[in-house]
Amino acid sequence: MTKEAKESDKFMALILEGILDPRNYSNKRWRAGIFEQIIKVILLLVSAISIITTVAIVSVMIFEASLFFQNVSIFEFLTETRWTPLYSSKHFGILPLVTGTFLVAFGAMFIALPLGLMSAIYLSEYAPDKVRQVIKPVLEVLAGIPTVVYGYFALLFISPILQSISDSVKVFNAASAAIVMGIMILPMVSSLSEDAMRAVPRSLREGAYALGATKLEVSLKIVTPAAISGIVASFILAISRAIGETMIVTVAAGQNPTFTFSPFVPIQTMTSYIVQVSLGDTPTGSIEFQTIFAVGITLFTITLTLNMISQYIVRRFRNVYD
Amino acid sequence: MQYLEKEKYQQRLAQRQRRGKIFEIMCIISITIGIGMLALLLWYVADQGLHKLDWQFLTSFPSRFPERAGIFGALLGTLYVIGTGGLIAFVLGVGTAIYLQEYANDNRLSRILQVNIANLAGVPSIVYGILGLEIFVRFAGLGRSVLAGSLTIALLILPIVIIASQEALKAVPSSIREGGFALGASKWQVVSILVIPQAFASILTGVILAVSRAIGETAPLIVMGALTFVPFAPDGFMSPFTVLPIQIFNWVSRPQHGFHEIAAAGIVVLLITLILLNSVAIYLRHKFSKNLEG
Repeated sequence: MTKEAKESDKFMALILEGILDPRNYSNKRWRAGIFEQIIKVILLLVSAISIITTVAIVSVMIFEASLFFQNVSIFEFLTETRWTPLYSSKHFGILPLVTGTFLVAFGAMFIALPLGLMSAIYLSEYAPDKVRQVIKPVLEVLAGIPTVVYGYFALLFISPILQSISDSVKVFNAASAAIVMGIMILPMVSSLSEDAMRAVPRSLREGAYALGATKLEVSLKIVTPAAISGIVASFILAISRAIGETMIVTVAAGQNPTFTFSPFVPIQTMTSYIVQVSLGDTPTGSIEFQTIFAVGITLFTITLTLNMISQYIVRRFRNVYD
Repeated sequence: MQYLEKEKYQQRLAQRQRRGKIFEIMCIISITIGIGMLALLLWYVADQGLHKLDWQFLTSFPSRFPERAGIFGALLGTLYVIGTGGLIAFVLGVGTAIYLQEYANDNRLSRILQVNIANLAGVPSIVYGILGLEIFVRFAGLGRSVLAGSLTIALLILPIVIIASQEALKAVPSSIREGGFALGASKWQVVSILVIPQAFASILTGVILAVSRAIGETAPLIVMGALTFVPFAPDGFMSPFTVLPIQIFNWVSRPQHGFHEIAAAGIVVLLITLILLNSVAIYLRHKFSKNLEG
């Protein structure tokens, strides 16, 4: 007996069991109705867990950060240029962490944006199907490699190379973290941008070819502008991912919250600060401990805003060509 | 006059085509850089770590001396935390997906759920660590235990599991559901007897991919309070623990070259685990697509 036949037998048996015995029918149907309701309620409760998670994240952050802001004014937090909560002379200005974070994130985009976009154009417009089917999964492997592995690679492989080029490069620096992070988010940019490009209707391309355009002109002047909302959304998502990335910067970018724009000296990002505090033995409830929530809520707000902008762009400009 | 313009046109055309050729080569170079970096990374890790990888390394606990150190405790920790966390996320994720895909009407509640899940998927993993620390470690009083770590990991991969399971359920043709209803089956009978068996392989694929992401996660477990030096095997859900990527991180951050080498050996073990898991996922997907055809 085939698998399907077995299943349908089981299924028929279940139905006939209730229907064919008149003494049991109404009773069984009533019990089945209750059972159905219970299942539905259980599934609803399970679904509620994702909502509860969001509520828990927001309320935990707000609660602990509010304790922090009882001691430190928001004005100092946003404008002071020194971040030294772990030293005896304490300053609580998040700017050095923010500049450190954006230095690495924009450095990474500097790599991932051109490489990702060109890869996407190649995969969508140039590559034969067979080549595409091989290259695409290989490129996606880059996104699946654990970030601590990238950190190892940045610190022990990329950083020595940069140091051999110039003496002013320190062992821990933003540049090596940014280069490796750019490679990590490349598949995100290329894969999402390629999806957007492939969604552009063939007729647009054919129209351009009929007018005598070359492949380059079709790619850059027809397909890219038509897919621009998806491409921009993928960039924003990638920036958000780079800002929230932790292990690469913790391993390779250093632990020095300096207010600088030089990519060759040690810096600290918001995420690596949180890890630094977690690794130390900071007593819970102290002001040092509360700083991770103040930093955490800043990080959460920035990434959430970026993700929502990206979703908005996709929603707002979707289906223009349908 | 006409002749001259034609010549000009030919020149322009050649130039445009040359430009196109150059652009194509630049595109190929871009892709080669990405793939080349992957190859370079794998080669470097294998070159540094492969000779340190032996039975003693797999069965020893960490040590102050790199030549005696091993990853046994970290491997067991990963197995405990990811196994339990994956199981919890599987149950919760599939449940949520079934509710959203099979039960919920297109009302406000289900739209809020959907947007919420998309946003949760974009929350940086370190934020889940902060959540785990506050809710499971401190508030629920679980301490820095395997259980607290598993729950943190479960919440972290939950959105991925939900989205993958929803896609799997969506792929089941509605004619199958309608056939069930036409025979008088109830909603749950249709879902449990007809829909889930059809979608199961591809749900499982999604869960395995989510789990393989969780195996590499370091930051949330550090923030939640997993230890970095664990010279014992975890002996239950309330035991302290470490995981493989945290052990690797610990070795990378030490200055001695010996520790960097065993970090590379640890990375090789981590990557092999991921390759194995992904092969299972690819095998399942392949088998599933065959089933649909046959």
